Amino acid sequence: MDKLVAQYSRPPHQDEFYSEQEQRELTESLPPLSLKFNLPPVDDSRAFLRAMTDDHSNPNCPIKLAHGTTTLAFRFQGGIIVATDSRATAGNWIASQTVKKVIPVSRLSRGEDKPSNEPTPGLLGTMAGGAADCQYWLRYLSQQCTLHEIRHKRRITVAAASKILANLTYSYKGMGLSMGTMLAGMTPQEGPALYYIDSDGTRLPGNLFCVGSGQTFAYGVLDANYKYDLTEEEALELGRRSILAAMHRDAYSGGFINLYHVKEEGWVHHGFNDMNPIFWKTKLEKGEFSNVTSEL
Amino acid sequence: MTTLTGQPSSEAIGYSFSKATSAPIREHSFYPYTDNGGSTLGITGSDFAILAGDTRSVAGYNINSRYAPKVFKIGGDDETGEGAHILLSVVGFAADGQALKERLDAVVKMYKYQHGKPMSVMACAQRLSTIFYQKRFFPYYVHAILAGLDEDGKGALYSYDPVGSYEREQCRAAGSAASLIMPFLDNQVNFKNQYIPGSGEGHALEPKKPEPLPRNTVEQLVRDAFTSAVERHIEVGDGLQMMVITKGGIEEIYYPLKKD
Repeated sequence: MDKLVAQYSRPPHQDEFYSEQEQRELTESLPPLSLKFNLPPVDDSRAFLRAMTDDHSNPNCPIKLAHGTTTLAFRFQGGIIVATDSRATAGNWIASQTVKKVIPVSRLSRGEDKPSNEPTPGLLGTMAGGAADCQYWLRYLSQQCTLHEIRHKRRITVAAASKILANLTYSYKGMGLSMGTMLAGMTPQEGPALYYIDSDGTRLPGNLFCVGSGQTFAYGVLDANYKYDLTEEEALELGRRSILAAMHRDAYSGGFINLYHVKEEGWVHHGFNDMNPIFWKTKLEKGEFSNVTSEL
Repeated sequence: MTTLTGQPSSEAIGYSFSKATSAPIREHSFYPYTDNGGSTLGITGSDFAILAGDTRSVAGYNINSRYAPKVFKIGGDDETGEGAHILLSVVGFAADGQALKERLDAVVKMYKYQHGKPMSVMACAQRLSTIFYQKRFFPYYVHAILAGLDEDGKGALYSYDPVGSYEREQCRAAGSAASLIMPFLDNQVNFKNQYIPGSGEGHALEPKKPEPLPRNTVEQLVRDAFTSAVERHIEVGDGLQMMVITKGGIEEIYYPLKKD
């Protein structure tokens, strides 16, 4: 009887304002990176999200999300080269020309480069597709990698890290996430390792990947000149040249060329350089890009 | 006919809405957003940051308010925002913007009570990103800019997309007139496509290096950006609200714009 009374005598306004759970979330300053997401109050939340944010199927959608673009990574005898452009677009609007599409993973770093030229231990992730999806889930991965390091007293393998991410994207399959990412790193167990993971749940190990709207242009240059025995100099130049080709032919790619080299001791940053002087240098000094005329 | 509670079973009730029960359940289109227009803009200097926004609020072609602020103080001790050390501007859907501002304000305050020190701008920027992403599948229809001073006392500015991708920048315009203001800022703040005269011919011309601008120059740039946007965008006008954050605190400046 008491139970029945209790059941029907709840205060009438109990469900108004913030629930206990919500109050906890509001008052604790540290519940970030949680896997609980707010959903719209409709039957098909995916259709709602698509109608609001997918500018492919609906060019008039109100919320235009920032999208990423050309990224590449390849293994060679001296490690792994990772290179990206830096443009983010929202529809036809260039939202930014200075996006950092290479994100250091593990050791919850601030994503900032050290001024010195010392290699930094850890993995590198690249960002193509939804900018927020990549930033958020690579940060989530950093957290998991750091926890792994603390629990097992050794750095996580690239295989394990990529699997955490792939399992994650697979569990959100069809919900509207958009990311195509590459994880690059060197561990004592694996040597240089490179994985491709995307929002469909795909996870592939490989020697060479290009991801994003400019991938085909980058593949064209990369496949033609790629050898495993490249020297470090040649490999960096090939990465740079492939991105340049993609920036030249793909309207959604451009800005700055971001270059990284993953070595045994960690990764080294090789600059965030404006494409324009590099383009003219390549044209005028090497005679490439002859489709462009330099005088009227 | 639409029902609110689903279909009643006609046998059990004894009367029938036979038309209603045979019709498929219809869901009226769920459109929870309105674009309230307006524009915001932020620029940093070596020891300050400025965040500004116009104060017009529109819905469609109606102007509903001539003073609806878009720039807020975050982490202040009372309603006036006294003691705040972070600024947030939101543009897009004003209700989402208000909700976002209140959520961030609560988080920054709780951080201070729990840790006994004010939240750094970098930490606040990361936290705001996760607040956005919590609503990845039901986004805040808001473009936000966060401003403050970093650990070295330099001006810091972070810009966000509606689901939380963020980046630290020197300057950023958001909102309906972003496409008018941003190219101006690229040229005047980052000196894009400006070259040092006489430094060479053709491709040998040396580009002008960007450097932090003094405060009065930045204030004038903000005014120029908005007065120009008012001339060419219907959703921008009425007033310019500027907040300047320095180590001495936050100063608010209001500057009237055209009311047409």
